[in-house]
Amino acid sequence: MATQEAPAPTGRMAALGAWIDARFPMKKMWDEHAAQYYAPKNFNFWYYFGSLAMFVLALQIVTGIFLTMSYKPSAEEAFGSVEYIMRDVEWGWLLRYLHSTGASAFFIVVYLHMFRALLYGSHRKPRELIWILGVLIYLALMAEAFFGYLLPWGNMSYWGAQVIVSLFGSFPVIGEGLVEWIRGDYFISDITLNRFFALHVVALPLVLIFLVVAHLLALHEVGSNNPDGIEIKKNKGPDGHPLDGVRFHPYYTVKDLFGLGVFLVLFAAVVFFAPEMGGLFLEAPNFEPANPLLTPPHIAPVWYFTPYYAMLRAVPAFAGTQVWGVLVMFAAILVLFFVPWLDRSPVRSIRYRGPIYKTALMLFAATFIMLGYCGLKPAAEPFKTLSVIGTIYYFVFFLAMPWYTRIEKTKPEPARVTK
Amino acid sequence: MSETIDKGRRQLLTAATTLTGAVGVAFAAVPFLASWKPSARAKALGAPVEIDISKLDPGAMLKIEWRGKPVWVVRRTPEMIDRLGAAEPFLADPGSERSRQPEYARNPSRAVNPEYLVVLGVCTHLGCAPMSRFEPGDAELTTASPGDWPGGFYCPCHGSKFDLSGRVFRGVPAPTNLEVPPYTFADSGHIIIGQDQGSAA
Repeated sequence: MATQEAPAPTGRMAALGAWIDARFPMKKMWDEHAAQYYAPKNFNFWYYFGSLAMFVLALQIVTGIFLTMSYKPSAEEAFGSVEYIMRDVEWGWLLRYLHSTGASAFFIVVYLHMFRALLYGSHRKPRELIWILGVLIYLALMAEAFFGYLLPWGNMSYWGAQVIVSLFGSFPVIGEGLVEWIRGDYFISDITLNRFFALHVVALPLVLIFLVVAHLLALHEVGSNNPDGIEIKKNKGPDGHPLDGVRFHPYYTVKDLFGLGVFLVLFAAVVFFAPEMGGLFLEAPNFEPANPLLTPPHIAPVWYFTPYYAMLRAVPAFAGTQVWGVLVMFAAILVLFFVPWLDRSPVRSIRYRGPIYKTALMLFAATFIMLGYCGLKPAAEPFKTLSVIGTIYYFVFFLAMPWYTRIEKTKPEPARVTK
Repeated sequence: MSETIDKGRRQLLTAATTLTGAVGVAFAAVPFLASWKPSARAKALGAPVEIDISKLDPGAMLKIEWRGKPVWVVRRTPEMIDRLGAAEPFLADPGSERSRQPEYARNPSRAVNPEYLVVLGVCTHLGCAPMSRFEPGDAELTTASPGDWPGGFYCPCHGSKFDLSGRVFRGVPAPTNLEVPPYTFADSGHIIIGQDQGSAA
């Protein structure tokens, strides 16, 4: 190991480093999480999205801080202040478009990151907690996006919040009081906007940062999975490091920088040429100020929530309440926590699984996208029927997993990672 | 001092400290959680409002705001009142058994005076604002309401339908009829929204 090290630097910088290290574990942390963190050498395309998600988080925090400098969280001024940012603040339009496009980009990379876990079994023992922390990040991210969406105080912001907050009103007995408590008023008002602002810019970012740190610590404790789904720690060289591992820095820092470059090209293309993304990233009714007395003709949440929205609408009201749809929607998130235990396959990676899991997973991805599309559309045929079918399959995929993953014939896993 | 550790005593003290701390945290949480409830100002702004209905034409609708919610006052024509009965077989809750309204509005016209319908313009599904579609026989809306569309309200968000008393049709996402707010006639030309029939202000 020592032979691979560059010659130790000498002089003042080294002295400063030593001075710090005697008082704070700077080098220790750098080694643990980068220079001496051995990651499998066979990471592929799917492994870009974790680092990209971290980049987008940083971008959202930085652009968000600068947006709060010109934004006014009050019902009177919010809409106007966003217009002010767009028109009068120097580069304000860019800050806002980076933030609004960043929100959608965040969900894109997170969805791909989660799909990667399902592909290669990254949630399996001993990485259950990494997955659980990841699902918590996803939940916090949804809350963060929801609170943030009210802030521009456009008419879609208003009615989107109205619909989502009303979901809690469908719970028997406590519903009405709960909704009043969330809003702090008898309707979505200035009071609601003000508290959503506090949650969006202070509370949830703190929760997100904390969860991301925990996610990474858990990852670095057990080590990364890889496309072959085998443990590289089983084959260690004489130096005690995995034979199939490479140091995260410089090997994966450089790889992730390349991925970031490609991502930024695509991201910039959206920011500069299609920030509204045809109404997907910024919805048309949101260019009108919030109007409590006028519902937009068609309310659809932003695209990243629409799969769950389709599920909500797929469940009919019965026994005099529509709480069932809400429960199904929450169950759809809740079931994710159990995936590490639902999957009973003897192998982790899709490379060594049989055709059943491969088909089930591809069908699941297609279903999720289809549900997302149905959720964007008005509640009419054929989208109603498709939503019902999609919702059923969503749950079948997870709840039948213990059986179809166990009975399936799998291929033998290799002893060492392949390319 | 004894050299041995009394584990039982230590456990009891730990449990007692944890419990006391938890009770303290629970009490300390109350002010934070309670600060989310409607403030005194929000409650004051939610006070009853009086509206003038003397200039409302038959068949027309007046929208006003009470507690941030749209309140609709429809002055129903005799034909509109007649058509209420025709829709009843297709309604989910024609007797307003499961719906929210003051007792004095639990009747087929869901009103104190059948001529004036007062309802909240908030869909009981997820709080969208339904649109008025008073013309009977609307082709677009007839499909899922067997018989002709009798005239009523249609929610564009998720397709819920209500008759001219705000009573919900069967087979739509909204579970109950449109809510009737508490209201009272101050005199023949004025309604007070937010104040019950026969109660003092």
